[in-house]
Amino acid sequence: MSDASARKDTPAQAEFRAYCRDWLAANKPGEPPVRLPQTPLEIMTTEQLDYLQAWQKAAYDAGLVGCDYPEAVGGGGRKDCQRVANEEMLAARTPFFPNVIGLGMAAPTVFYHAQEAVKAELLPRLFSGEDIWCQGFSEPGAGSDLASVQTFAEKRGDRWVINGHKVWTSLAHFAEWMIILLRTDKSHKYDGLSYFVVPIRAALGNGVTVRPLIKITGETGFNEVIFDNLEVDDRYRLDELGKGWQVAMTTLLHERGAGELQTPRSGGMKNRSSHNITTSAVIELARQTRRGAGAAADDPLLRDKLMRQLIREEGLKQNQRRSRVQALLDHPMRLPLQNKLLASEIAQSIASLAVEVEGMASSLYMGDSNAPAGGQWPLSYMNSYGMTIAAGTSEVQRNILGERVLGLPKSK
Amino acid sequence: MTQPNNYGFGEEAALLKDSARKFFREHFPTDRLHALVAADPTPGRAPSCQWDEALWAQLVELGWTVLAVPEEAGGVGMPVAAVAGLVEEVGRAAFPCPLLGTLNATYVLVACGEAGAVGLADIAAGKAATLALTDRHGAWDPAATEVEYRDGGLYGTAWFVQDAGKCERLLVCASTGAGYGLFWVDAHAAGVTAEADGIVDLTRDQAHIVFDGASGIEVSGNALSALHQAMPAIWTLVAADMVGAGEWQLQTTVEYVSTRKQFDRPLGFFQAIKHPLVEVMVQIDEAKSLVYNAACACDSEPEKAAQYAHMAKASASDMAAYASSRSVQSHGGIGFTWECYVHLYFKRQKHSQMLWGDGVWHRARLADIVIGTAA
Repeated sequence: MSDASARKDTPAQAEFRAYCRDWLAANKPGEPPVRLPQTPLEIMTTEQLDYLQAWQKAAYDAGLVGCDYPEAVGGGGRKDCQRVANEEMLAARTPFFPNVIGLGMAAPTVFYHAQEAVKAELLPRLFSGEDIWCQGFSEPGAGSDLASVQTFAEKRGDRWVINGHKVWTSLAHFAEWMIILLRTDKSHKYDGLSYFVVPIRAALGNGVTVRPLIKITGETGFNEVIFDNLEVDDRYRLDELGKGWQVAMTTLLHERGAGELQTPRSGGMKNRSSHNITTSAVIELARQTRRGAGAAADDPLLRDKLMRQLIREEGLKQNQRRSRVQALLDHPMRLPLQNKLLASEIAQSIASLAVEVEGMASSLYMGDSNAPAGGQWPLSYMNSYGMTIAAGTSEVQRNILGERVLGLPKSK
Repeated sequence: MTQPNNYGFGEEAALLKDSARKFFREHFPTDRLHALVAADPTPGRAPSCQWDEALWAQLVELGWTVLAVPEEAGGVGMPVAAVAGLVEEVGRAAFPCPLLGTLNATYVLVACGEAGAVGLADIAAGKAATLALTDRHGAWDPAATEVEYRDGGLYGTAWFVQDAGKCERLLVCASTGAGYGLFWVDAHAAGVTAEADGIVDLTRDQAHIVFDGASGIEVSGNALSALHQAMPAIWTLVAADMVGAGEWQLQTTVEYVSTRKQFDRPLGFFQAIKHPLVEVMVQIDEAKSLVYNAACACDSEPEKAAQYAHMAKASASDMAAYASSRSVQSHGGIGFTWECYVHLYFKRQKHSQMLWGDGVWHRARLADIVIGTAA
């Protein structure tokens, strides 16, 4: 894949690609000392975090993270090169970056909406992974209806005082900073929202409490965060007062893979217990799984299901390819806005099919030495609901597609 | 070989697609289609072939039937990806014409090598053609053909021949004793009798063709090999037609549910309507992306063409079924009537869904390639 893309490189991209390739050949990190989770959102221990942070720092120092951001904010000052670095990192099968929320959501939001001094203060340590970021959007009473958040910021002088309760906050237990959507005016639903970045680690025990939540898998990784009179400087407000909803749209657009700035992404490293959620992995599983007198891969009904998955997976890949061919597009947001919905639902159905292929053996979980693939498939299947629920549920995604692309009347 | 990132869908292809869309919008809006093909609703109506020959002649004049004919054979030699763009627009207009059949014959003739030149010359001269290779059971395997070639003539019947009433040439697959051959036959020659079928789809015609000693020019002594090479393009193009038709179904239905009010709100406000229509869009986009991927593979990654074309046709077949179902259902009572246009596309899509293999069949072939033949 990286060779096919390389043929379309500009001279600057080609030079950068060669540099990335050489650097990765010499500097790709060795085997992790601990078992890594399937995604950064399930990082549970400091051993896992230390290893991953060291990798992100090394990649940043080498210029592979934040390539397309200006140098003044700690970026590489390049043009359309993050994609190149990502392709090379994935091809080199690197570990993933731990600061995913920082890179994917906080960085573009801060970049487009913060004061210059704040960008220069925060972005370098975000890119390097020294500061982990988390996102404070959801609340007990504000899930799909995000604009109903109640956590309140009250102005006192040039400081803001924050009180309230955020939930489903991935990585908050390691995070220095949080992007947060707050209510600054109770009389307007949308225009009463403002957007801030807040230092939470510095305030632990002094205005901020982080409590872990346990997922259906038994893993931790997300949290609830309680604010009790946390004071924040006004310069950490992004954009104007009352513009929080618009700023949040920048975050969500990038979160769903539909934004302007390419998110730095690495991954692909084979880990003792990690596995790829792909149809080809399930086909391999079906070849190795006995069913009746033969292999599961010989069962005509399972073959049909496997091919359905393969087709959906290829379809998404080709959507991403077609989204760059202007002449084959009718509406500019039609494919980008499908990305999150499809990626999460396809991953879920692949994991679901793997569990079906495993049959009775899918009852065995990670603590059982007889579990196929160390119990990873039931784990992936359960974890997949995180993806179809977080960042706007599949149902919310369908509303957005129906309203913004098809032009159907709004539900709200 | 690898594929270009843009599917090889360049500026010329974009211009062609765009001008095709404008051509049909101007000359063949859906009310024209309805007036042309839907005059007789009687279920037991006699088989007929309703089409606008004058408009077809314009289309031939524009050179659209020779796009796939190689330059050295007097054609334009455009890539399959560009041709798919045109076919998508034909599907969107549901324009009754022998374009698909002619393109299908073109790809098979090209796969015949030098001997196919005689057929390509006819197509370059503006003659429409269609494939005749299906048995009475509608087998999607050409080796099932019931037509035989013996004593210098063709005997037997080819079934489910598409747009036969609009074509002047037939490309016939026949068993020869030594295997299978392909024969280029004048549709009006002695010993050729076309028996029109009474079909559901109003936008096409179909026939079974009885051969009784008809003569034909043998363009290949190894029909299965030539067909094997050409089928990926054929599957891809019928899928492209379905993508265009699916887009018409989506846009028409979206328009209806945005204006029709019940419970004081447009129907499209309700998620029971909105979400299925989004699903239709998602399925169209999947099929469309897979169509251009398959088309591009035909052009520049032939070793993967069959695999990708199976994906495209399987995806398009399932999409067509769902888009058709939602288009009628979401139109409610009016969608169930003859006067509402959605049934025209519903029927075209049901027809296309089965043409050259349905979803289940293509997935089974795909599995044989990807997983290997089942033990």
